[in-house]
Amino acid sequence: MLGRLEKDYDVVVVGGGPAGMGAALGAREAGAEKVLILDREPDPGGILLQCIHSGFGLHYFKEELSGPEYAERFLAKVVDRDVDVVADCYVSGIAVDSDGSKRVRVMSAKDGVRTVQARSVVLCMGCRERTRGAIRIPGGRPSGVLTAGLAQKLVNMKGQLPGRRVVILGSGDIGLIMARRLRLEGCEVMGVYEILPYTNGLTRNVVQCLDDFGVPLHLSTTVTYIHGRDRLEKVTVSPVDERLRPDLKRSKDIPCDTLLLSIGLIPENELSQSLGIQLDAATAGPQVSSTMETSMPGVFACGNVLHVHDLVDFVTNESLLAGRFAGEKAQGIRRPADNIRTVPGDNVGYVVPHRLSPEREHTLYMRCKKAMKPCRIRVGNLLEKKLRFVVPAEMIMLKIKPDILEKFQGDSLRVDIVPDGGKESNGNG
Amino acid sequence: MPNSKMKTNPKTKTRPQPAVGQPGGRFDVAIIGGGVVGCAIARALSRFRLKTVLLERNEEVAFGATKTNSGIVHAGHNAPANTVKGPLEVRGNKLFDELHKDLHFGFRRCGELVVAMEEAQIPDLEKLKRQGEEKGVAGLEMWAPERIQREEPNLSTKIVMALLAPTAGVINPYEFAFALIENAMANGVELRVNCPVAGIEQAAQGLRLKTPQGVFETRFALNCAGVFADEIAHMLGMKDFRIIPRKGEEYMLDKRLQGLVRRLIFPLPTKTSKGILVIPTFDGTIMVGPTAETTEDRYDWDTTPFGAEKVFSFVRQLCPSITERDTITEFAGLRPASDTDDFIIGPTRVKGFINVAGIQSPGLTAAPAIAERVCDILRDEGLSFEEKDDFEAHTPGTPHFAALSPEEQEFLIKQDPRYGRVVCRCELVTEAEVHGAVDHGARTLDGIKFRTRAGMGRCQGGFCTTRCMDILSKRLDKPFHEITKRGGGSWISVPMEAPVPAKPEGVR
Repeated sequence: MLGRLEKDYDVVVVGGGPAGMGAALGAREAGAEKVLILDREPDPGGILLQCIHSGFGLHYFKEELSGPEYAERFLAKVVDRDVDVVADCYVSGIAVDSDGSKRVRVMSAKDGVRTVQARSVVLCMGCRERTRGAIRIPGGRPSGVLTAGLAQKLVNMKGQLPGRRVVILGSGDIGLIMARRLRLEGCEVMGVYEILPYTNGLTRNVVQCLDDFGVPLHLSTTVTYIHGRDRLEKVTVSPVDERLRPDLKRSKDIPCDTLLLSIGLIPENELSQSLGIQLDAATAGPQVSSTMETSMPGVFACGNVLHVHDLVDFVTNESLLAGRFAGEKAQGIRRPADNIRTVPGDNVGYVVPHRLSPEREHTLYMRCKKAMKPCRIRVGNLLEKKLRFVVPAEMIMLKIKPDILEKFQGDSLRVDIVPDGGKESNGNG
Repeated sequence: MPNSKMKTNPKTKTRPQPAVGQPGGRFDVAIIGGGVVGCAIARALSRFRLKTVLLERNEEVAFGATKTNSGIVHAGHNAPANTVKGPLEVRGNKLFDELHKDLHFGFRRCGELVVAMEEAQIPDLEKLKRQGEEKGVAGLEMWAPERIQREEPNLSTKIVMALLAPTAGVINPYEFAFALIENAMANGVELRVNCPVAGIEQAAQGLRLKTPQGVFETRFALNCAGVFADEIAHMLGMKDFRIIPRKGEEYMLDKRLQGLVRRLIFPLPTKTSKGILVIPTFDGTIMVGPTAETTEDRYDWDTTPFGAEKVFSFVRQLCPSITERDTITEFAGLRPASDTDDFIIGPTRVKGFINVAGIQSPGLTAAPAIAERVCDILRDEGLSFEEKDDFEAHTPGTPHFAALSPEEQEFLIKQDPRYGRVVCRCELVTEAEVHGAVDHGARTLDGIKFRTRAGMGRCQGGFCTTRCMDILSKRLDKPFHEITKRGGGSWISVPMEAPVPAKPEGVR
């Protein structure tokens, strides 16, 4: 029920975006009776609410929805399954009792400070955007330099434009989406500049958001200076060499009043860290077992807090699974401990989950470090799969059947992506 | 259980706000410039039956060198005793405890260490200790490497000796200035913002200051204009000194590094600068910097690739685990250094016009002592000082929710539910605090940020910007798009109704 906050739950889900709603549904499907979602925004739905473009739900609902529609459908399911949803609140801490049960401290203007008991907790806090400070662009500190997500909120939630003449640094999906959004609102989009030799966004977004709207994409180029006192006046852009060092002699200035940054996302794991949960340096998210359980027993994680996903449909699949295991655990169902560790090998940035069990089927989520085509994914000596291409911007999913793992003897399973036919490519797929 | 930090309820009291759209007027004293020096003087004068106005060119006070400062209250051993700044530095330091008790700004005496990296520097360190002792700096001690490593285990093992000064402290300089002006205003000082002085004339009864808000007639004008102080003096034909801005770049590191050092860490000072430091700021972040580069441009607040390289290669010698990758933000400020390289404080050949110029480091430390000195000068120049009976020294601050215990937090939420709504998640800033900032004079997004820390954390305002703008828009009764970052032309958004049409042929 919306707004209902009781004292005791089987599963408490921190975060009411797509991951949180998926986890809550998964927990209910596994038979957990009492499930609570806590969300910090006035309305649950997470970042989906500001994503008014379409393209959501193609995999999960088999139809094309906007972000708010996708969120609305899930919220309806969640409420229908009698999950409690409390918005406009803040989880200020989680304590673990000696018997393993959790106490979640919740603050809100409506209910004050409340402590909620939970047998399982699912972390679904999502991610935040990298900022100017993270890449240290020198120059002035005028207004008009902001992350693409903040610009999206201004345009789609507040009916405001972040400016009229826009440069976009970084080719992450939000930046690409905002290039199109601002063109539709009549802004000039001077170009998208990407330091790497390939884009960081989905190919479909490059085509639909840049190519179709005549927005130029400049690869191997970055912003090297920000000019302006009160408001941004121009940026300097410079090409970079193969080691990403800018060639300042070949710089040029682009007049603009707005610089959007779409330079990556960072899972928001401050709460996880306060619990002492072990993180993976490559994903910046928790290390998880095949049941999406973190190093803290009874605490699970899924969605962008675990690793940054390309598509919300994948978040949903992962979080339904995490919620299911959290629900089972809350009911005292034990599964044998995972005994196989996944190890990222050649051209593999990360593999989630971090541990596997031969007991059942798994989906491995991974990203390559650099583009390659054609190529093969090799999982130990158990499995090989040919792929037409891989690019860092697109997450790779690989199903592993239990009968394959049963043959496995060791305790660590290495995953490599190797060229097929010997030729490596550095194109943008 | 509630402590002194928690006695305010920002809902209950309306505080004086800057006068907007009113004509000039007639005053005893006009202070030109609302940096920490101008604000300290305003507060000192507010004890007396005087008509005082502070004229600030920006949208809020403290938006110049005060905001972009290292935030250090120096112990006082650095400046030689035979300079103007020398004695003011020591005196200033001593005045902070009482000010802090009255005005509740972020301040903590954490102590400082000046470190010697090689044996050959030890005599200089000893000289610094003697200089400090002669000036009356308390508690100076030499520490051998063993003690240094025990107290500050993250410092380089190559450090051969360190001088401890326990009375040095860290401060949020903008909070200090905000508290000073707020208290001054509560005691009758008038503040005019967006009010640059464009010209000054001598008149029969003093001076006439021309501004966009009209003419201010005053018996005395105090030139506290920071990097613009020489331009203000030029308006009366005086070219006795020149301000040569010296830029300093600072790099703020992720809060994860909290506790890396407990004290301020200084290298041995050079002629132009106290060197590049490791600063455990009042709010718990580690800041490294500043550089010291002369610039001609008084608006040049740019950070440079060169500055970052310099800062990080230097601080790594002091504290090897610091890396550039931990940077969450960076900024630069201009020290209003004069060509005499000392403070210029005193009357001029134009009657009523008093310079308080060239106040670079240790100007923040010295500010309270400078205010005392300026009062003495005004008295010598014939202004009569009569104490007010109803002077209220105390200005309660807004509680910083994140710094309170869980019990205190719960107590506050019960008093005012807006403490239960988190606006800035990275720094745990609540809605009540943002409203409190507006009550206490914030008019811009930076005004909110520097009073509450909303937007100072990891996400750098990604999540809270629109929420803070909503509150400002409502409270100042201004449309959303009129809210600025820091006043002037620093607009943040434009309404969607009137977009500029795109070029017909696209932007290729």
